Formats: sequence, structure tokens, C-alpha cells
Amino acid sequence: MNSATVRNLLVRGMLAGLAAGLLALVVAYFLGESRVDAAIAFEEAHAHEHGGVEAVSRTMQSTAGLSTGVLVYGVAFGGIAALAYCFALGRVGRFGPRASALLLAAAGLVAVYVVPFLKYPANPPATSDPETIDQRTTLYFLMVVLSVLLAVAAVILGKRLAPRLGNWNATLAAGAFFVLAVGLAYAFLPSYNEVPKDFPATLLWQFRLAALAVQVTLWTVFGLVFGVLAERALAPRTAAAGEEAAHPRAAAVPH
Amino acid sequence: MAQSVAQPTTNPTAVPAKLPIGAIVPWAVFFGILMLVLLYFVGAEQGATSVVAGEDVHEWVHDARHLLGFPCH
Repeated sequence: MNSATVRNLLVRGMLAGLAAGLLALVVAYFLGESRVDAAIAFEEAHAHEHGGVEAVSRTMQSTAGLSTGVLVYGVAFGGIAALAYCFALGRVGRFGPRASALLLAAAGLVAVYVVPFLKYPANPPATSDPETIDQRTTLYFLMVVLSVLLAVAAVILGKRLAPRLGNWNATLAAGAFFVLAVGLAYAFLPSYNEVPKDFPATLLWQFRLAALAVQVTLWTVFGLVFGVLAERALAPRTAAAGEEAAHPRAAAVPH
Repeated sequence: MAQSVAQPTTNPTAVPAKLPIGAIVPWAVFFGILMLVLLYFVGAEQGATSVVAGEDVHEWVHDARHLLGFPCH
């Protein structure tokens, strides 16, 4: 029964992730693609060595390729978030299935994307040095892992402090811990700024805003859709838990 | 009592029962790794590291990689 619930939530999480990916894809296509094209036009105008045969045409990259990437990303994070939800449910605070889903999505957006983004923002084509791809990749994933671990640590810390400080102050303390730890990571990890001097600042800004919009769409839609799906999957458990709290003996009655 | 069982969603403040950790772990390990592999292929394959030779995977998900914020060439 418990294992079946986990499987149920996992499947629903991946479906919600797919739905979220579809909407994020719309945002990426309409807000993002024109900026990618503009950046590639800049790249080609300044190219020294480029001009070989394209393995994948721009049309395919901006449609089928973009769809593959964004949808797989949505499904993958939907699944991971659903598993995190299974752990968090009933353990983090007294939140119902829908509130839990939305809170988890908000935490996912901040920990998985916004925190790493503020240090290593999304870059359009033509603004990074291919020579540093190894370091940039390592540091980006390190920042994501660190941010997620710190967020989990902050939640556990908040839970531990709650009995002594009360929920409000414990949440503030946990938040302060997270901000401080992230600030330290920002201060000590190296930064990269490889944007060419004459690359349009407006284009860079718009590209990064579009990238942020894609993620905000993805996680918001995921939180809302998964909340509804999870609530349905959990309905018997919620009822049973409510019954048990109200009438401890009634929980023994099968239904 | 029978009513609240028949309409479980009418109580929005009800908190669902915890899922035992032991029931989650097998799913989390297997599907967690599977999902991370998918993310690796979208986000990093044929960038800093390559499992499949060539540039095709990178080129195919090129725009998604930029717009999802992954480091790219």
C-alpha cells in the first residue's frame, strides 16, 4: 500500500512535470528563441573559425531539439520532485497535499535554479569561452548540488529549532542560515565573465530574463498540477490520518 | 465518521499520513538515478564530458541547454 502510493506519486509527478515542460516550452519558444537567434547572429558576424557543416539545422534545434530538452528536463525534475515530496509529506509541517506541492515547487525553483543562476547565470550562445567549459560545468553542478543540500539542511534545522523558538522564528533562523551559507559559497567560488565587450547588454539581459521565465513557468505549473494530482492519490491517506487524529480508535476500522 | 471517509477532500486542513522511509528508498534510488541520467544527457553530455562520441546530442539539445541555464560551449 505504501509502496504503491510512492509509485502513484512518482508517476503523477512525472506527468505533472511533462505538463509543466509543455508550458515552459511555449515560454522558451516565444521568449527565448528570438534571443538565441540574435546571439547566434552576433556569433556569426564575429566568427573566426565557425562555418563548418551544421550537424543539426537551426530549425530543428529551435523546435524538435528544444522540445526534447525542455520536456525531458520537465519529466526528470517532476520525478525527482515527486520523490522529494514523498519524503517531505507530513514531515516538514502541517501542510495539506496541495500546499506541500506548491511549497516544494517553490523550494525547487529557488534551490535548483535561482541560487545557482545568481552566481552562474544562463548565457546565450557567443558569450562563453569554449576553453573553460570544463570548469564552468563543474562549478555549475557543484553550485546546484550545494544549494540543494543547503536547502535540505535549512529545512532540517528549522524543524529542530521549531520546538524551542516557535515556527515563525525557527523558519526565520533556517532562512538566515541558508542565505548566509549561500552567500559564503558565492564569495568563495570563482566567477566567470566571458561576455565579449561589444555583445549587446540588452540582449544578454533579455535572454537571462527569458531563461528565468522558463524556470518560473516550469516549477509553478508543476507545483499546481502535481498538487491536484497528489491530493487525489493521497485522499484515502489524508482521510485516514484525519480520522486517526480525531478518533484514535477509528483508525483500526478498515475502509 | 462514515461521511468524512466518503468525502475525504472536503477537509482542506487534513494532513496526510507520513510515508515510511523504507517504502520510498527503493523508488528514490532507482528512479532518482534514472532521472539524473536524463538530466545529464540534456544538460551536460558532449560538453565537458562525453559518453556518446560526436556532437549530435549536444547539437540536438543546444537551444534547450542554453535556455535551461546549463553551461554550454
